[in-house]
Amino acid sequence: MNYDLVVVGGGPAGLAAAIRAKELGVMDILIIERDNELGGILNQCIHNGFGLHIFKKELTGPEYAKIFMDKVEELGIDYKLNTFVLDINDKKELAVVNSTDGFFSIQAKAIILAMGCRERPRGAINIPGTRPSGIFTAGTAQRFINIEGYMVGKKVVILGSGDIGLIMARRLTLEGAKVEAVAEIMPYPNGLKRNIAQCLEDFNIPLLLEHTVIDIIGRSRIEGVILAKVDEDRNVIKGTEKHIECDTLILSVGLIPENELSKSAGVKMDPLTSGPLVDETLETSVAGIFACGNVLHVHDLVDNVTKESYKAGESAAKYIKEVGEKKKIKDNIVHLYPEKGVRYVLPQYLDIDNLDENINLFMRVDNIYKNIEIIVETNGKVIKKFKRNQLFPSEMESILLRKEDLNNMTGNKVSVYIK
Amino acid sequence: MGRLEKICILCPIGCNLIIEKDPTSKEGYKVSGNRCNRGFQYAIKEMTNPTRVLTSTVRIKGFSNSMLPVRTDVGIPKNKMLQIMDEIRYLEIETPINAGDIIAKNICNTNANLIATKSIG
Repeated sequence: MNYDLVVVGGGPAGLAAAIRAKELGVMDILIIERDNELGGILNQCIHNGFGLHIFKKELTGPEYAKIFMDKVEELGIDYKLNTFVLDINDKKELAVVNSTDGFFSIQAKAIILAMGCRERPRGAINIPGTRPSGIFTAGTAQRFINIEGYMVGKKVVILGSGDIGLIMARRLTLEGAKVEAVAEIMPYPNGLKRNIAQCLEDFNIPLLLEHTVIDIIGRSRIEGVILAKVDEDRNVIKGTEKHIECDTLILSVGLIPENELSKSAGVKMDPLTSGPLVDETLETSVAGIFACGNVLHVHDLVDNVTKESYKAGESAAKYIKEVGEKKKIKDNIVHLYPEKGVRYVLPQYLDIDNLDENINLFMRVDNIYKNIEIIVETNGKVIKKFKRNQLFPSEMESILLRKEDLNNMTGNKVSVYIK
Repeated sequence: MGRLEKICILCPIGCNLIIEKDPTSKEGYKVSGNRCNRGFQYAIKEMTNPTRVLTSTVRIKGFSNSMLPVRTDVGIPKNKMLQIMDEIRYLEIETPINAGDIIAKNICNTNANLIATKSIG
């Protein structure tokens, strides 16, 4: 089987990338989705608040997904559901399996990686205690309640203040559960401020900052947790332990890009984002393999995923048109490095000869900063400064460079830091 | 209560609104900290008649593990959320359903309709 473009993942990233590539004239496109419908995680995000940037209105997850699913149908883009990609190699061959076609392989001219991310489970944060039932990641609980129609519990403690955890605090309350508390180990919440307001404050759910779960109690079903306060080094403060009775513990403690396939394709990874290293076209270290959405770096807003994925679709379309032509050698590559206060910068590379007029850099900071400047510097020379009133680790920041900003730079290293 | 702080929930920026009583203004309140006029409107609404768009799910006849996502088509009074949830809990609908279809009219006399947000069947 041959396709010009194979998109791995039919969530918001994969759909937007495929749509844009098709609009730009790529004929043979296949989207591969492992679930039984397109739309990805949006299907279980039944709350509203999506689409404010792109559509200028507040949509629910399913409504946002539908716009793209309808477009896929309208453009006649092929997709396979209930289908799983087992392996990708650096020659852009995919090993694929499903229960109707069996095992088969596909040769693609270009591939877009859009596999999204998954949740950090209990094992990732090593909570001590017994191993009873009743411990769910926030997204799993969300799927049980919103799609399958099963309630997960009645008395709930939520660990971590990520957006999905906050959304679930509200959802569980509306469905009749009592959410005892949301505990966050850091001194600041990890989700959007609007979600603190509309999911916790609206329902008088306490947010306990600098608190964590240090023990889980219960044999077959969870019966309670021990919460404790932590100091600034996140060590437990003795004497602050308290027992909270609960039948459910929800974990909202971060997301990890799902990159097993990227690695099997030989794509070089960034340990800071846990996603592939990409240039300004979102091309990975393997020519013709692109990445977008949460597989690349975890986003706060689906609108940003969509914009990024349009870009990946454009880049893949361009690459496919140029296949067969002699490839330009990228010999003027600039590396971007996050420094003081900056956790990561994306893209990690810029091909100076290939830049558009405007280059958006995305980044996250490592702490709360107020009244600071984001400095972009090369060889000790400041290229550009950006004033910001407030920066939060939970909110992705973007800065805009212009092509001419990089015209007269010497060396091939650009650093981005907070001052 | 002379002064109240509230986070605006209208967009992901989440402005810190400061709302003060001001009998001299038309709305009765002075608002600062908002970056746009919608923030001002939101603040006034929070003081006079706070509303929220409610989202939930409804059971589908003949489907044992698939729910229909729904929302109110306009904001409903914040203090009526749980009352409306009690009504939604007992609804059961038949397929086919198109996104936008009205599932329940004027739910709990709020002048809001409950509408489907997904097409099923």
